[in-house]
Amino acid sequence: MTIENASTSKIDTKEDITKIDENHNYQLPIICDVDTLRVLIKKEEVRVVDVRKAEQYTQEHIPSAVSLPLSQVLEKDTPDAILDILQNLGVSDKMPVVIYDDTLGALAARVAWSFQYVGHENTALLEMTFTHWKNIGLETETKINSFPAKRHSLNINPRIHADASYVETAKEQPNKVLVDSRERLNFLTEHIPNAKNIPYTMLGSNGSILRRPEEIKRYVENRGIPLDAEVITYCGSVGTLSGLTYFALKSAGIENVRLYSKSFREWKSLGKPKEEFKDANYWDLSAD
Amino acid sequence: MNTAGNSNPIQKGISRPKPNPKWGREEEGEIFAQNVKRFRQKKLSEDDFRRFRLQHGAYSSRLQMNYSMVRIKVPSGEISPEQLEKIASLSEAFSIGSAHVSTRQNIQLHWVQLEDVSEVMTGLVEAGLTTREACGNTVRNVMCSHFAGVCPDEKFDSTPYAKAIARFFIRNPMCQNLPRKFKINFACCSNHGLARIADIGLVPEIKDEIRGFKIYLGGGLGAASFIGHLLEEFTPENKILPTCMSIIRLFDRHGNRENMARNRMRYLVHEMGWDKFQKLVIKERSIVEMTTASYTTKLFNVKAEEETRPLPKAANTKLVKLPILNERVTLGSPAYERWLHSNVVPQKQDGYFTVFVTLAAGDIAANQLRILAEAIREFSAEGTARNTPQQNLAIRFIKSDDMHDFYNRLASIGLANPGALTIASAVGCSGTTSCNLAITNSHRLAKEVEYKFLELGLDTDDDLRDSTIKISGCPNSCGQHEIATIGFFGGASRIGTTMAPTYTMLFGGSAGEQSELGKAIMRVPAKRVIDTIRKIIEIYKQERSDSETLSQWINKIVRGDGTGKIKNIENMKVMLTPVVQLPPEEQDPDLYRDYGNGTKFSAKTAKGECAA
Repeated sequence: MTIENASTSKIDTKEDITKIDENHNYQLPIICDVDTLRVLIKKEEVRVVDVRKAEQYTQEHIPSAVSLPLSQVLEKDTPDAILDILQNLGVSDKMPVVIYDDTLGALAARVAWSFQYVGHENTALLEMTFTHWKNIGLETETKINSFPAKRHSLNINPRIHADASYVETAKEQPNKVLVDSRERLNFLTEHIPNAKNIPYTMLGSNGSILRRPEEIKRYVENRGIPLDAEVITYCGSVGTLSGLTYFALKSAGIENVRLYSKSFREWKSLGKPKEEFKDANYWDLSAD
Repeated sequence: MNTAGNSNPIQKGISRPKPNPKWGREEEGEIFAQNVKRFRQKKLSEDDFRRFRLQHGAYSSRLQMNYSMVRIKVPSGEISPEQLEKIASLSEAFSIGSAHVSTRQNIQLHWVQLEDVSEVMTGLVEAGLTTREACGNTVRNVMCSHFAGVCPDEKFDSTPYAKAIARFFIRNPMCQNLPRKFKINFACCSNHGLARIADIGLVPEIKDEIRGFKIYLGGGLGAASFIGHLLEEFTPENKILPTCMSIIRLFDRHGNRENMARNRMRYLVHEMGWDKFQKLVIKERSIVEMTTASYTTKLFNVKAEEETRPLPKAANTKLVKLPILNERVTLGSPAYERWLHSNVVPQKQDGYFTVFVTLAAGDIAANQLRILAEAIREFSAEGTARNTPQQNLAIRFIKSDDMHDFYNRLASIGLANPGALTIASAVGCSGTTSCNLAITNSHRLAKEVEYKFLELGLDTDDDLRDSTIKISGCPNSCGQHEIATIGFFGGASRIGTTMAPTYTMLFGGSAGEQSELGKAIMRVPAKRVIDTIRKIIEIYKQERSDSETLSQWINKIVRGDGTGKIKNIENMKVMLTPVVQLPPEEQDPDLYRDYGNGTKFSAKTAKGECAA
C-alpha cells in the first residue's frame, strides 16, 4: 500500500476533527485513522500508547507515544491497577487515547478494552501496525516520553466483560452468541459448546488491522448472528485476539459485545464442558 | 504488492505479467451466498442445495456438513503469482492457512465454513480463478501436462488447446447435468501426462504438417479402472471440438443415470464394447459437424488462449553447467547438488530449466505461497507456475545461472526439499483429513513416506528414480494408486480381534501413453507400509540384473518373468509376509492405529458426494 491510497479512503479529517466535547477533547471512533492521529499529535491533544515490548519502544516509536508493554497490563489485571496505569500515563477522563502494536492490533485491542472497562471510553486502536506505519514512510522518534500524572475516575463498565460463569449461562440463552476467535483447526479440535468461529485471521486485510465494517458485518450476518444479539468473544489465552474481535464486532454495528478476557485457557482449566471433533485428521493438512 | 514490472531492475523473468484469465464470474459468489441463506432457512432442499454447491466447487467436509472443501480449478495447471498470493490470503482468512495441490491440478482449500465459501469465491474471481464445475456431474478441471511448452519430445504445445477446451465447456449448457463427472486430460508427449486414465485423453501429434491429437477414450481410475482406447490414428485439430462434443453428447444420452457406482463413461464404453462405442462416436461426430452453428464453433478459440508474450527460445547468457542427471549424488552431497539432481530438468529451450518444488502430499503454507510468488516473478521467464499431478509445483524457464539464487530463495522458506522427481515424492489424497469417503489417513502416510525416504536419502538412488509411490485413502483412486510403481489404497481389516487400518498394495502401474494399471498384491497394515516398501527395495537390490531399475524389476515380477529367487508375485508375497505381520495388540497397540490418531481405529465414512 502506498501513502496515497492509505489516505484516500479515510474520513475527511477537517470535518471529523470538529467532533469535540465541551472540554475540547476529540471524540475518537473505534478505529483511529492515520491522518486523524497525526493531526491530534501535532495539536498535542492525544495520548498515544505503544504496547509493544519496552525494547521495541526504545528503538523507535510513533511521535509523542508512551510505552506500556502488554505484559504490564496483564501482570496485575485489576481495575485499580489499570486505573493507576492510566493516571501515570497522564490520561484524564476524556482525553483521546490511541493505542498501537505490531501484532495485528490484537495487543492494542486488549489494552484498549481494559481502558474502556475501567471507564476510559475515548480509546481507539490505530488503524495499522507500527511496521506498516513505518513502511509507508510516516515519522517516528526515539525520545522517551513521559507526562505528568493526571487524576482519572473509576467507572467500571460491567457490560463489556464476561467471566466463566457468565459464559456458562449465556451459551444456552437464545439471543446470546459466543464467538471463538481462534484459528479454524484449534476451533475444530475443541471449543465452548455452541460457539461460532470467526478466526482472527478474517479480521484484518492489506495492512489494516480491521477490514471495512461492512465486510465484517457481512461475515457476522452470514453466520446468522443478528446485529442486536449479545456477543461474547473469547480466544485461546488472555483475550488479545478476541480483544481484536471485540472491536471488530463493535465496528460492524453490534452494540452489545463482551470479552471473556480469561478465555479458553481458563475455561479448560476449570473443567467446563467442551465440544470436540475427533472424526477427522485435519491437523495433517497443515503445511506448517 | 509489488508486481515487478519492466522497471524493476532485479526482474530476471520477462516483464509483462500474464493477463487475468477470467475463469471466474463475479455474480457467482453472490448467488452462492444467497443460496446458503436459503438452504439455512429451509427454502432450498438439501438435495437441490448439494447439487448447486458441487456445481460451484464446494464439497462437504468429512462428517461435518457445515464446512466445505473449496476446489479451485486451475485449467491446464497454469497459475500466476497474483493467483498464488490470492490463494494465500484466502487460505489464511477463511481456511486453515495452507493450500493443497490435488492430483488433478486443482488447488483445494479445506475446512472453509459454508457461510464463508462465497467470500472465497468472490476473492478468487478478482484473481481470475473459479471453482465453477470443479465438482459435480460436469466437465472437471481440464488437465495438461506440466511439461507442455517445454518438453523436448512434444510435437507442439498443447496448453492453448487445453485452455480452449476448458473455456468452451465451462458453464456450457450441454454439460451441466451429465450422468457423472467427466475428465479431460492433455499430454505433451507419449511419456508424460495422464491421457489414458481420462474420459478423453489427448496426445499431440503432427501428420502431414497438420496439428492434431491421438485421442484416447473411456479411461479412468476408480473402484474399477480402465485404460483409454485410441479413437483413431490421428484426429486433426479442426475435429477436436466436434469429437469432444460428440463424446459428451453420447455420454449424456447413453450414460447410466441409475446406478451411481457404474455411471462414469468408462463403464458405458466397457458395457457397450469399444467397437460399438467407437463407431457411435464417429457417427455422432459427423452429426455434430453438420449441425453445430459456426457461432458455437467459434467459441472454441485456441488462438485466444495462445501465449502472446515473447517467451525465450534459448537463454542468451553464459551457460552454467548443472550437475543434473549425469553425475551421481549421495546423502552426503551438498544440499544444493542433491536438490539439482532430483528437482531440476532441462527444457527444450537451451539454457532453461524446469524446477520442481517438493510439497509434502501437496500442502503449502500461505507464507510460502507468497514468497514463492515473488520468486516466480523474479526468476521465471514465463512468470507463472504449473501444478503437477504429483502434487508438486513446476516453475519453468529458470536460467542456469540464476539457479543457485532461486534455490536459496526456496530454501529460505523450506521449499527446497529434494526428491520431487523421485520415489521420495509420494502422492497422497486428502484421506481422513477431510474426505467423507476415506477410511485411512493416506495424506499423512504420504508425508511420512516422503520424510522417511528423504531422511534415508532414497532420492539420491538413481535406480529408484523412475519409481513412484501413490496412496489413496479408499478404493476410489484420487491418489492415483493404480498408476504407481507401488500403489496403496486404504481399507480396514480385522487383525486378530481388532480392526486395523490397512492398505491394499499394488505393483506395476504406470502413466503416459503406455499407461498400465497396477496389480493388487496383498494387504499391508498402515504402520507397516514404510517397512514393506523398504523391504521391497532390499529384495530388488539383491535380485535385480545389472542396470535394471526398481520399476523395471517390479514389472518383470508382475509378468512372472523374474530371473532370480523371486520369479513372480507369489514369491514376492512369501518374502513380504513376515514384514506385514503385526504382534498382538497388547504388545504394541500403536501398530493398530492410524497415522495422526492416538485412539483406537474405526472405519468411519459418510456418503460420497462425487455422484450427487
